[in-house]
Amino acid sequence: MTSEQGLRPTPPSIPDATPAPRPPRKRRLPRLRDFRSALPFVVILGIYIVVALVPALFVGSVDVAAELSDRLLPPGSVTDTGTHFLGTDQLGRDVLNRLVFGTRVSLTIAVSAVVFAGLVGTTLGVIAGTYRGALGALIMRLADVVLSVPFFLLAILTVVALGPSLVNVVICLALVRWPRYTRVAYGQTLEAGGKEFVTSATAIGATKLWVVLRHVVPEVLPSVIVVATLELGTMVLYEASLSFIGLGVQPPTPSWGAMLSDGRAYIGTAWWLTTFPGLALFVLVLSVNLLGDFVRDRLDPSEQALRQ
Amino acid sequence: MSFLSAGTLRFLAGRLGQAVIQVLGVVTIVFILLRLTGDPAALLVPQQATAEDIARVREQLGLDQPIWIQYLDYLGGLLRFDFGYSFIQNRPALTLIGERLPFTVDLALAALVLSVAVGVPVGIISAVYRKRIAGRVLMPVVLVGQSMPAFWLGLLLILIFSVNLRWLPATGVDGVTSLILPAVTLASLSFATIARITRSSFLEQLSADYVRTARSHGAGTGRVLFGHVLRNASIPVVTLVGLEIASLLGGAVITETIFAWPGIGQLTVQSIQANDFPVVQAIVLLVAIVYIAANLVTDILYSVIDPRVRLTAGK
Repeated sequence: MTSEQGLRPTPPSIPDATPAPRPPRKRRLPRLRDFRSALPFVVILGIYIVVALVPALFVGSVDVAAELSDRLLPPGSVTDTGTHFLGTDQLGRDVLNRLVFGTRVSLTIAVSAVVFAGLVGTTLGVIAGTYRGALGALIMRLADVVLSVPFFLLAILTVVALGPSLVNVVICLALVRWPRYTRVAYGQTLEAGGKEFVTSATAIGATKLWVVLRHVVPEVLPSVIVVATLELGTMVLYEASLSFIGLGVQPPTPSWGAMLSDGRAYIGTAWWLTTFPGLALFVLVLSVNLLGDFVRDRLDPSEQALRQ
Repeated sequence: MSFLSAGTLRFLAGRLGQAVIQVLGVVTIVFILLRLTGDPAALLVPQQATAEDIARVREQLGLDQPIWIQYLDYLGGLLRFDFGYSFIQNRPALTLIGERLPFTVDLALAALVLSVAVGVPVGIISAVYRKRIAGRVLMPVVLVGQSMPAFWLGLLLILIFSVNLRWLPATGVDGVTSLILPAVTLASLSFATIARITRSSFLEQLSADYVRTARSHGAGTGRVLFGHVLRNASIPVVTLVGLEIASLLGGAVITETIFAWPGIGQLTVQSIQANDFPVVQAIVLLVAIVYIAANLVTDILYSVIDPRVRLTAGK
């Protein structure tokens, strides 16, 4: 795994050699070639996105009729409706078909939750960092409270309260996770506020809004992007966990977590029902996490400092 | 005693106050969500009940009162350990939870021991030997552990060890053997977190000046590690372990469902499926309070181990 930055062997250093003076580091957005070693995960992620966007490339329509006579067929079985490469489930539905449409559900919810929580959380964090009075204190204390409840239980409680549906799962995940962004954005805003370019911008009469949008937000964004990438995998797992206990999108809409939950009853007889949705989930989360680590290594200032 | 200086007391008081505010906040959130689940009175009465019946139940439950009085009532109830009443079983939610809690505690403790026993050595080895094979192989393994959905791991373990090999029971509670698979499943996530924190904490300490000094004085790797680094590097790990206890309680929801383990996690899911909201809310509230308490204790322990924390906390 060459992507693990911390694991890459550093060239042997010559004892007592004076290192060349390093130019002051400027934080920049990475260039494309920096991403070469992340390519495998980007490709895998890309495949998932294509599957989610154009399922027709891979399977037929979503409502393949349940054929009860075709129930629990092992992978590779051939029936009137075609070849079931990954077998059929307890209602005779094609597992591959449900897997493909489950991808759409999983990615839609995870990405929406990250975007939603990221926007709300970052905005609140920047506000709290800009107006450090009662408003800022209120926002940060609220973030503390939300962070002090075990996430998964709070998510369960929220979905129970709102009722399970695609939109409500997104709302619930965003409600539970916004403080992650708020904390980071708050810290970065405070840090940016102490920098000279902010002081000088204020000194030459720039409005607060202008300073925030033009100078503070660009400082805050890299860290927020790091958090967002790391959060994406977590959100995919949460969505699957919620639907595993029946609190995700409701049947018949396919979802990986619900497929795993259904397959549990047939684990002794139909291994494919649990193996494939789990594998799809695992590979997606693993590549998102590897990508997240990669992005963090590249963008996070504290990690960059560690690597020097 | 120097430990109980004015600064320390101020730190303790501040930290305690913070925990109280957190508990109040959580209670408020739970209360609001409780009201969002709809009218409890309509859920309590039989289906053929008239509007009058519902009104009477509302009155009995105090639901006709202004919302802030209901909120105060709710708070007052919590102070008397009244965590609500199960719609389905007609028993206090707290009693139900009390019956299930020992199972979850067993499971969470087993998982914690397991993840510390494996996670800490893995973290240390991958930090110390980060440039060798051992270190380069271990971290990807940890990342795999982190990305492994607990419920899939659980199902795979059942598939391998119960269905195919028939070594271990798949579900239920039957002696120590039945604890193995759920504990491994629950430990998988904590293991990854603990290994990562241990690794980064050791990496940070290994690059510290005192390590170079110790090495230059001829101390071997073992002496440097156990005589110098271990103490400093263990602080974040200890903190994390404290927090993991509470998140294991939360993570038990999925694990207990898979293995039909009769703890509070399974109770949560059963209560959700039965629309027994007061029990769900009581569980969330209790686990949150345990979580906040664990946080508090860990912070205080932290300040005992590392005096810098309480000296700078007031600023």
